Amino acid sequence: MAAVEVSGLVVRYGRLTAVDGVSFSAQAGEVVALLGPNGAGKTTTIETLEGYRSPTEGTVRVLGLDPVRDHARLTPRIGVMLQRGGVYAGIRAGEAVRLFAAYYDDPADPDELLARVGLERQRSTTWRHLSGGEQQRLSLALALVGRPEVAFLDEPTAGVDVAGRQVVRRIVRELAAGGTCVLLASHELGEVERVADRVVIVDRGRLLASGTPGDLAGQGAGSAISFGAPPGVDTGALAGRLGAPVTEVAPGEYRVDTAATPAAVATLTAWLAEHDLPLADLRAGRQRLEDVFLRLTAERPDQQGTGAPGPGAEEEAPSR
Amino acid sequence: MRATVAQARVELALTLRRGESVLLSLGIPVLLLVFFSAVDVIPMDEEHPVDFLAPGVLALAVMSTAMVGLGIATGFERQYGVLKRLGSTPLGRPALMAAKTVAVLAVEVLQVVVLVVVASLLGWDPSGAFGLAVAAMLLATVAFAGLGLLMAGTLRAELVLASANGLYLVLLLLGGMVVPLAELPGGLRAAARLLPAAALSDALHGAFDAATSVPARSWAVLAAWAVLGPLAAAFTFRWE
Repeated sequence: MAAVEVSGLVVRYGRLTAVDGVSFSAQAGEVVALLGPNGAGKTTTIETLEGYRSPTEGTVRVLGLDPVRDHARLTPRIGVMLQRGGVYAGIRAGEAVRLFAAYYDDPADPDELLARVGLERQRSTTWRHLSGGEQQRLSLALALVGRPEVAFLDEPTAGVDVAGRQVVRRIVRELAAGGTCVLLASHELGEVERVADRVVIVDRGRLLASGTPGDLAGQGAGSAISFGAPPGVDTGALAGRLGAPVTEVAPGEYRVDTAATPAAVATLTAWLAEHDLPLADLRAGRQRLEDVFLRLTAERPDQQGTGAPGPGAEEEAPSR
Repeated sequence: MRATVAQARVELALTLRRGESVLLSLGIPVLLLVFFSAVDVIPMDEEHPVDFLAPGVLALAVMSTAMVGLGIATGFERQYGVLKRLGSTPLGRPALMAAKTVAVLAVEVLQVVVLVVVASLLGWDPSGAFGLAVAAMLLATVAFAGLGLLMAGTLRAELVLASANGLYLVLLLLGGMVVPLAELPGGLRAAARLLPAAALSDALHGAFDAATSVPARSWAVLAAWAVLGPLAAAFTFRWE
């Protein structure tokens, strides 16, 4: 039995379709990342698995249970990190972890957990006085205090500094090593590439691709050259020289759909030199996950370059 | 049970940690009690103003904790996603409600102790049916909590803050707590008697005076609000 099973999930809010026919699964001991731009339906999908909303169509199962109908049986076995907030403004970090520990039959040790997320010195600091990154790490601790079999982490590294990100990544990998299924949502490719066993790419409520980061990156192996140059390069002229289509997938990011042969690369660089254009970046053959992600989400006309949307923008579901 | 106890303890600690909440639940009632006992600005029938004021500020104390304090705190918890987050823990809504009830009652016990001590120092010597007073305060707690949660579950936190404080002031003035209902114009007085604040202060004035009893109308009004308030809150409450 999969720890998390999503089949044909559709979630509509009135006329807005937030999730449109998504299916995937996640196993115990596996880290699966929902990757997509803001508004892709990641939070709605996760909140349906947490039992906050009901599917309009399709089914979701967590540990074989229906998250809405079997809510009381499921809550002792899952850990939840909301996208934002969720903690009393005036509660101290240590107090919060001890309180949440009291909800579970066999909780983790609160002091050990605080040390694990690097907040032992903030034990007596109230939530409102923690930095954004510290709040995220406390939220993570609260999600883990019940020793969950499935952990749902919505943007766990949003607003977290470099050192904090390392802590979060280490903890996610440790969870998986201990047999926990971790489902996380992120719009940050770099994080997902480093931590996930499998990636599910979603955009505008639809599943675009899924697989290991290596599989996804390898999908374009040998069949494309990606390069960076100033925005607005005459792709028509370049395509004529190369005899292959050239697309500006994001401002200043180009892809040539041709076999990545040394001859093709030589032609490309020669053309750029003739036009006195700098070459910022060049990748032939095996692509980075980012290239795949940009190609898959590029058909979205209103949101070019969704690879690195600013923080703060987020998908908000209407209240029930 | 362990979860409910831990939750109640934290809810109580957070309430007592909020300065504005302590001001509202203890500071203002004590201030009103002392000030109007010492300064003779409001005409009262009683020989000693404190005999009228003490039951009145006890009623005010119940209203401030059960309606204003609970309503505002819950409104902000809803806005900050605390209630949502608790929804995916094993705590459960009944246990959360039980914990909030325990925390409200604990604050009320503290208020009653402080106010009775202060009133006694001011010469209050109550006689009468204390059991009836406790019953009226419990019934009123349910009614006021219903009104507080009705606001907390439907309005933005800032609006809960404004409307709970506004309602507090209106009910303070129309509640027979520091201004005797007899001083109000007839029509307004009749309307005020249908509100839970005046019903509670009437009940407490009756209960703490051996010569009088609790009017049946007070019980009826309190009971009606104690049913309607929580029902309205339960049917409209949005957790997110």
